[in-house]
Amino acid sequence: MLGITSYGAYIPLHRLSRTELFRAWAGIGMLGMSVPGEKAVASYDEDSVTMAVEAVIDCMRGVDPKKVDGLFFASTTYPYSEKQSSAIVSAAVDLRREVRIADFAGSLRAGTIAMTSAIDALKADSVNNIVVTASDARLGAPSGLMEQGFGDGAAALLLGRDNVIANILGSYTIYDEFSGVWRAQTDTFVRSWEDRMVLDTGYSVILPEAINGVMDKCGLKAKDFTRIVYDSPLDVRAHIRLTKTLGFPPERVQDTMFMNLGNTGTAQAMMMLIAALEEAKEGDKILFASYGNGADAFVLEVTKEIEKVRERRGIKAHLASKRMLTNYETYLRWRGLIPMEPAQRPELTPTSISALRRDRKAILPLYGVKCKKCGTPEYRPPAWAGGRAPARICVICQAKDQFESYKFSDKKGKLFNFTHDYIATTPDPPATNIIIDFDGGGRGMFDFTDRDPDTVAVGMSVEMTFRKLFFDRGIHNYYWKARPVRI
Amino acid sequence: MAESIKDKVAVIGVGCTNFGELWDRSVSDLIVDATFEAVEDAGIELKDIDAAWIGHWCETSGMTGLGLSGTLGLQYKPVTRVENACATGSDCLRNAAYAVACGVYDKVLVVGAEKLKDMGIAGLPNQVPLGTPNLVTAISAPGLFAMMATSYFHRYGLSPQEGKRMLSHIPVKSHHNGAMNPKAHFRREVTLEQVINSPIIAWPLGIFDCCGTSDGAAAAVLVRASEAKKFRPDPVYIKALQICANPADGARRNDCDFTHIEATYRAGQAAYKEAGIKNPRKEISMAEVHDCFSINEAIVMEDLQFSARGKVKDDLESGFFTLNGSLPVQASGGLKCFGHPVAATGLRMLYEMCKQLQGKSGQRQVKNPKLGLTQNMGGHPADNVVSCVIVGL
Repeated sequence: MLGITSYGAYIPLHRLSRTELFRAWAGIGMLGMSVPGEKAVASYDEDSVTMAVEAVIDCMRGVDPKKVDGLFFASTTYPYSEKQSSAIVSAAVDLRREVRIADFAGSLRAGTIAMTSAIDALKADSVNNIVVTASDARLGAPSGLMEQGFGDGAAALLLGRDNVIANILGSYTIYDEFSGVWRAQTDTFVRSWEDRMVLDTGYSVILPEAINGVMDKCGLKAKDFTRIVYDSPLDVRAHIRLTKTLGFPPERVQDTMFMNLGNTGTAQAMMMLIAALEEAKEGDKILFASYGNGADAFVLEVTKEIEKVRERRGIKAHLASKRMLTNYETYLRWRGLIPMEPAQRPELTPTSISALRRDRKAILPLYGVKCKKCGTPEYRPPAWAGGRAPARICVICQAKDQFESYKFSDKKGKLFNFTHDYIATTPDPPATNIIIDFDGGGRGMFDFTDRDPDTVAVGMSVEMTFRKLFFDRGIHNYYWKARPVRI
Repeated sequence: MAESIKDKVAVIGVGCTNFGELWDRSVSDLIVDATFEAVEDAGIELKDIDAAWIGHWCETSGMTGLGLSGTLGLQYKPVTRVENACATGSDCLRNAAYAVACGVYDKVLVVGAEKLKDMGIAGLPNQVPLGTPNLVTAISAPGLFAMMATSYFHRYGLSPQEGKRMLSHIPVKSHHNGAMNPKAHFRREVTLEQVINSPIIAWPLGIFDCCGTSDGAAAAVLVRASEAKKFRPDPVYIKALQICANPADGARRNDCDFTHIEATYRAGQAAYKEAGIKNPRKEISMAEVHDCFSINEAIVMEDLQFSARGKVKDDLESGFFTLNGSLPVQASGGLKCFGHPVAATGLRMLYEMCKQLQGKSGQRQVKNPKLGLTQNMGGHPADNVVSCVIVGL
């Protein structure tokens, strides 16, 4: 059989209460109603790419990245219109060059479309395994219901034939040109037709068509499923109505996490599935479906192998690990939605594509070197002092070109020292910069993100996280930062 | 066997502009004023100069030797531009002194000139070279030095309040001296409480822990020691002239402790050996050191062995480094108050030492100085180049 062999997820640390959105806009655009709950908010240095990297790393715990045969990425919020985001993710998680990768886009069911393609690749024996990741950070226009409802997050599933935790028994797919929710290439915010029409013509009829289709195909009835997982449009009441239409017992239907996460777009269905897998037992049958320009539906059966992949941050641990944003203005600033007075600081050196290319192994998977002569792990010389990465001369013993590669992105470390810099330019002042002593040796200076300035202290445990440093002339500069060990 | 520079070269004239936000003066004005003060102090004319070195750090100040030859109308003389970050001025001196010592020139001119205030922003320009990846989003020079304060406080068990109080003695002392210096950028006294409570720039450093960024220039004229008395009765002799660059390893090696600067320690040790100094705390009469940030001055005191490791607090509290103390440091006001036009600073330190040794420092005069030390540092705690110069009559 083939199926899911591992799962992982990512939810940003920060949450914004919908009460705060209501306060900020005094109810404008909300029909005077304060929608309850909170939404996960990507930090200023996160986007769909960085969140996908986190989810894939969570999914690949205990998996050698060099043994992964492919990576399919699904999103509607890629940072580039022309540059492959799956290539950035694959490089950051250190996949081999000879693997197949693709960006799936354009639909909120791009995640399950990618899954279907991955299943086909496995069936054709083109690959032994493949990671499918979905990640989204969609923007609703300020004061609207979409701004209230959308949350940010990512999911990843490893599909393969060995140690399958959930067999895929069947699938069913249909396409439909109708969307009712769209965003043109020039749009910043998602647009929608009147939602009554959008739901009555789309979600409420097309998704059941796929769900019934897969049940018929597999000869299964509603009562045969332990868990029913299907995603929701912005209005979660439509999700509840569908449960009734299809005759599923509500207690078996997976929570949409609208209240504590928000609608994560392309990632939503897979994140809900992962939440279901976290609770699943051997023998459970799961119906899994996703909607968007048509619908995909799958039947899964959980195996005993599921007990071996419990060491994941997944959904539950990520949901529990959170910090509330105290105000809406921070959200606006982080999303770049308001013009800010420019900092009275020097402009950054223009990004050099040739420098990024030369140093790619040091920048994307965060490789340094280990000296074969003296055994010292070393990250890299600073940019302003012979900043070639990796170094060619060992700073300890001066041996030349006698290094083996040494990866730092998967190492934890201890905070050696720090500053909170109040004059440095950052969307999240103060800029906390730290020096890390990595467990096992090696040192580096990094931005410290997702930190609470009041609790930063010498000696605290830190880990690495893939983030966007800054945007310069159309180039997103991705790199690693440190953060307090999250969970 | 390599020889020492000790007593081979003399400074016969020094010049220094006032430092500050000199909106109406160009870098050429600063070069002319500093140079002519030095040349007149030496009792020579500009046409007597055989060779020159000009220090600029920032490209807004100038490039190549032409900034000097063009400004001064030097007629087909060898002129070299030197750049070694904030240690540029001292490295100009070093290059010029070695040229004089080897006997190929009789009279040479060194000038350090910097125009920092024409950028439209406070602070220093961006320092990441073109064509290198920009890997740390945002950290200022105060931030880089603040990390050293974090480490120092942690190592010696000082609470942030105790640590900040210790450091605050440094700017209080420097402002006291600088207030009496007509050429200083900042001329007012501050209290310990003002410094402690000043707005945080980069935790734990407040604004009074940080030096000014200024416009300014300083200059000197050098000759062989054997010729010096022909020009003046009180030439100042170079006793030691050391500089060293670290291997940019502070943020690479786990054993770099950030509670000392190895390059300062080594430059100091080499200078003491060259000058024949056994007990610097007793033998050095006064010092001008690189107090770009208060924590650096504190650590320099330990690296130069003026204070024992971890004990500078005692000396700061007892007033050991004040004008009337046993070893006055920053009689000029230091970078903190005199100001810090990067490439001019090393030569400004030399200017102060010469005036003090010659008894011309007025209200700020140190009593009977014999040996003056300058310590000038380029870079930051992880990656740096440090000079140590000792001069005496």
